[in-house]
Amino acid sequence: MTGLSHRTQSPGLFSKLGAAAIAVAMVAAVFFFSFHQITYRWNWAAVLNYRSTLLSGWFMTLAISIASLFLSTFIGVIFALARRSEILPLRYFAHIYVELVRGTPLLVQILIFFYVVADAFHVGNRYVVGVLILSFFSGAYISEIVRAGIESIGQSQLESAKAIGLTRSQTYRYVIFPQALRLSLPPLVGQFVSLIKDSSLLSIIAVNEFTQAARDINSITYSTLECYIPLAVGYLILTLPISLWTRSLEKRIRFET
Amino acid sequence: MSLVLEETHSLVLVGPSGGGKTTLLRILAGLEIPDSGNVELNGDSIQFHEPALLRYRRTVGVVFQAFNLFPHLTALENIVLPLEKVHSHSPAQAHDIALQLLRRFQLDAHANKKPAALSGGQRQRVAIARAVAIKPRVVLFDEPTSALDPEMTAEVLEMIEQLREEGTDLILVTHEMGFARLAADRVAFLSQGRILEFGETKSVFDAPKTEQCKRFLGTVLKY
Repeated sequence: MTGLSHRTQSPGLFSKLGAAAIAVAMVAAVFFFSFHQITYRWNWAAVLNYRSTLLSGWFMTLAISIASLFLSTFIGVIFALARRSEILPLRYFAHIYVELVRGTPLLVQILIFFYVVADAFHVGNRYVVGVLILSFFSGAYISEIVRAGIESIGQSQLESAKAIGLTRSQTYRYVIFPQALRLSLPPLVGQFVSLIKDSSLLSIIAVNEFTQAARDINSITYSTLECYIPLAVGYLILTLPISLWTRSLEKRIRFET
Repeated sequence: MSLVLEETHSLVLVGPSGGGKTTLLRILAGLEIPDSGNVELNGDSIQFHEPALLRYRRTVGVVFQAFNLFPHLTALENIVLPLEKVHSHSPAQAHDIALQLLRRFQLDAHANKKPAALSGGQRQRVAIARAVAIKPRVVLFDEPTSALDPEMTAEVLEMIEQLREEGTDLILVTHEMGFARLAADRVAFLSQGRILEFGETKSVFDAPKTEQCKRFLGTVLKY
């Protein structure tokens, strides 16, 4: 894609560092002021005793997110294909699924899925249920990302593929997917960030993940902020590198096309 | 329309836009299904249902106006893909065939470039190389130069002419009348979905019989 972009000279390293320092100071000032206003007796020692609970919760969140990432990508691709299927009921089914999931809060989906659907299908393990719910939730968004990627492949290429005698599945395999997945990669990675944060809602069905760990410790020690601040930091450790990675991916793809 | 070609190695379709040239070519390429009628190529009639059409498409080469190549593959990979996946050559074999063709048409320096790094003329030449790599019964060209500037047009037409001289059968839709006169054994003039005139190149160009053809040639040859 060519555009008439007018690039100003990129700022030097020192001015970048200086600007970053100022920005960080501004954020810190807001928080410092806010925390200064409340009268709160900090009790880090109490929470420190439960650090292993917090740590295992963090790893559980990581595990659930990774499992859901793979499952939801699989679900997303299947439903993206279903939405382009020539079999009409299949296409409508995929459409209904996507709209239902995207149109309702995850919290509601967790409750209904856990207490009704999972119960009916006799899935007892709440970790399995948790991964399933998250995957079907995220899968709906991923199917839209993948579908957008597939649809970005121009008609002329499909025509070329047809003319050289590729079958439909070969066209997907050698022409559509390599390009669509590359284009979908940045939004897919971004979706993974959402997935990690959304996993915190699984705490309401008592999955012992990171947020649940913080809530447990809080209920024992009554040290709310001492639990929730490490919680925020813990999530940032997972999400921040991924967000930065997305940015560099976007840049690389822009240069390649 | 009805058209019987015998002993024709290169046919050029000319006529006003919207006259049915491209539609005819697309039917011949197995990309479009005619409302009625039948098409025979070297004695085999085309079966217009999907599995047969797929088999049929694999025996002809097609070059479109533009955007023939897959942008995520290099020039070489673009030629290798159908050889390997459609015509079951081994990867090494496909690679050799593709590289030989690129060399023959002085494109080997660009073998590992993606289409975005090639000029319009180079892109079309790679597309032509891909079309002939599979040894098709006939190569169909749909206005292969109309998206190119004159210089690039010349290099593409030269390549087509070279193929013709080497004995490749071809059907070409073009607005390049000079080239049509040079390269065609036969010319068909299409207008409003009908073949109004058909015959030896010289006779169609020098002594058009129908009013439409006269007017068309008068306009395009004026400048």
